[in-house]
Amino acid sequence: MPYVVERTPLTFAERTYLPQILGGLKTTWKHLFSPKVTLEYPEERPTIPPGYRGVPTLVKDPNGREKCVSCQLCEFVCPPKAIRITPGAIPADAPTANVEKAPQAFDIDMLRCIYCGLCQEVCPEEAIFLQNQYSLSGYSRGDLVNHKDRLYELGGTLPDLHFKWDKKRAAEQAGRAQH
Amino acid sequence: MSSPPKPADLVTVNIDGREIAVPKGTNVIEAARQLGIEIPHYCYHPKLSVSGNCRMCLIEMGLPALDPATRQPLIDPATGLPRINWMARPQVGCATNASPGLHIRTTSPLVEDCRHGVTEFLLLNHPLDCPICDQAGECQLQEYSTSYGRGYSRFVESKNVKPKRTQLGPRVTLDDERCILCSRCIRFCREIVRDDVLGFIDRGSYSTLACYPGRRLENNYSLNTVDICPVGALTSTDFRFKMRVWFLKPTPSIDTESSVGVNTEVWSREGVIYRITPRRNDAVNDTWMADSGRMLYKLVRADNRLTDARINGASTTREGAIQAAAELLKAGSVAIVGSGRSSVEEQFLAKKLAEALQAPAWLVSRVGQGDGLLISADRNPNVRGALVIGLIKALPDSGVGGGLLRRGPGGGTGPDPVEIGIGGLASLAAQIDAGQVKTILAIGEDLAAAGLTAAQLGKVAIVYLGTHRNPTSDAARVLLPTLTVFEKNGTFINQQFRLQKFARAVPGPQEVADDLGILCGLLGAAGGASIPPDLATLWSIISTEVKPLGGVSYATIPPDGLQLDAAPFASLPFAEGETLHYQPAAKAVVATA
Repeated sequence: MPYVVERTPLTFAERTYLPQILGGLKTTWKHLFSPKVTLEYPEERPTIPPGYRGVPTLVKDPNGREKCVSCQLCEFVCPPKAIRITPGAIPADAPTANVEKAPQAFDIDMLRCIYCGLCQEVCPEEAIFLQNQYSLSGYSRGDLVNHKDRLYELGGTLPDLHFKWDKKRAAEQAGRAQH
Repeated sequence: MSSPPKPADLVTVNIDGREIAVPKGTNVIEAARQLGIEIPHYCYHPKLSVSGNCRMCLIEMGLPALDPATRQPLIDPATGLPRINWMARPQVGCATNASPGLHIRTTSPLVEDCRHGVTEFLLLNHPLDCPICDQAGECQLQEYSTSYGRGYSRFVESKNVKPKRTQLGPRVTLDDERCILCSRCIRFCREIVRDDVLGFIDRGSYSTLACYPGRRLENNYSLNTVDICPVGALTSTDFRFKMRVWFLKPTPSIDTESSVGVNTEVWSREGVIYRITPRRNDAVNDTWMADSGRMLYKLVRADNRLTDARINGASTTREGAIQAAAELLKAGSVAIVGSGRSSVEEQFLAKKLAEALQAPAWLVSRVGQGDGLLISADRNPNVRGALVIGLIKALPDSGVGGGLLRRGPGGGTGPDPVEIGIGGLASLAAQIDAGQVKTILAIGEDLAAAGLTAAQLGKVAIVYLGTHRNPTSDAARVLLPTLTVFEKNGTFINQQFRLQKFARAVPGPQEVADDLGILCGLLGAAGGASIPPDLATLWSIISTEVKPLGGVSYATIPPDGLQLDAAPFASLPFAEGETLHYQPAAKAVVATA
């Protein structure tokens, strides 16, 4: 047996549609005079809240030393395998020779990155940060692979709490003097 | 007393309430290992003497209480078990040997306390180098710090400063700050290599590992100190900062530099080999290998690697080259030059080819000076294979009419230049001069290096199967590129007649076919039997046709090798002298006579 739906006939007011139209216009007029919420992107940019996870970047310490020592923990932890590092040695005559190790190449494939922030969390040297950058585009797949230069350009310099390697070098020099 | 009687030299020890029978004198670490209980340790190494200086393996030990009058064990009336007198102080496990009734506790609060204390002391002066330390990921200090470490440091003074980046020798870099003074490297150099160059200088927390003045750690086994270093103090200069170990995949392989057949592990990532380390095999190489064998992986990506099949120097397809080679071979007057570097399976196919073409087979000999440890005089890894398979009946003439190779085995990158006499083709040279040989099938051997002159090479058509460019590949009529030992599966038979497997660690160059595929293709095209180039099928044929290998299948060869019967070949004058775990047969006869 089919189920029959009983339809109540429309009242006269409903048949004119006027109450519905007026109700809609009321909403329209209300928004016409309320404050604007639309942002004129890209001329205007939103303020990024602290803790925002944007594009991963590499940072330098206030002395301009690249903080990454290519330990490859971020490469290991990266769930979509977006990070690719070629480790290398720092030449013995460089001013930061006591750090011994620095990346020769550091690539992050932004087509793969899922902005999870695990790289930042795992970094023992506080060298990789997901910062405010959220908008990126390119004309090819290659354009969307951020190489080491681009990563440092995006990252800039962040304050350092520890200066671990500077302390270590100072201890090394002091220690040698004692012996 | 229903248990079966134990052999006289077994004693029962009780570890954490579980009993195990071990040979008398077994130390507690090994006894516990057999029960699956790990006693943490740094300085103890199963193949070195016991020094007992790291104190990480502290355990509680007790012995059955004896009645002073009767000297009989006292029985605890409450449990009916022997009463145990526990020692008040902990003992080191590595220097405690199994004795009857020995009781051990490895998990008591005292033992746990000791481990925490030792770990804290070891970490006091240990630098926070883990992000830049090559040992990270396979570091025992890291592992035990996770288990027994405090997680933070109570040390408020400044850490010790010691020399970093000392070049101990051409292949080993030392970071003294990371050293925990376990002395494994010192004992290795003294006891295994008998090149006593390492030692500790200074006292207390200033103790430093150093070389004897004027000496360097440059023996051909120096990189074993890197393997046994429980921390990142000794690092390989070659592998330094190349790749983190947790990315690397180990593949079991065999060292091809001599007939010792050292078991190795090839560590690769995404088709690139980064290092080679020894694999423990107590019947062959214990836990050691020579430095020269560790550099062989550089051959895989060498500049002179052959990748294209060629006919008269012009690039062609593999099938075309195999057809052209088969035409040459079918024309008759063929000589086959096999290789002691080919696997057993390849030598079997070479023998099949020799039978199909009714061609005589030669083997190139490679004889150098053995070092008495893990490099034997015969520098071919698989001459025994050719004998067992029947490719050759007698040993090749060593070095007669051969050239002298004077360079490191790693293509000049290896440790010390070594002199290896290559030869064994004198009779072939005579046959070429007499015009009896028109075509030579050279399987992986450089004929020019083995003593044939350019004029002799010019007289014959050469079909060359090989991996790297050399005068023979340049002179070859047909050139078929093949794979290195790291890129294929197979077996070798070492000097002890031990059949050992090696596995493919990395894929070969895209255009290069497997050696077995090429040899099976040649065999089919030259009118021989059609054999599929597949190890399982090939071994089913080998096990039926080759008597000494009867009943063997590729899958069932154990990881540490299968000992074959050496008796049928005992009368042959093998070149090898004594090496680790190997006595030449002739000398053994003298010794027993």
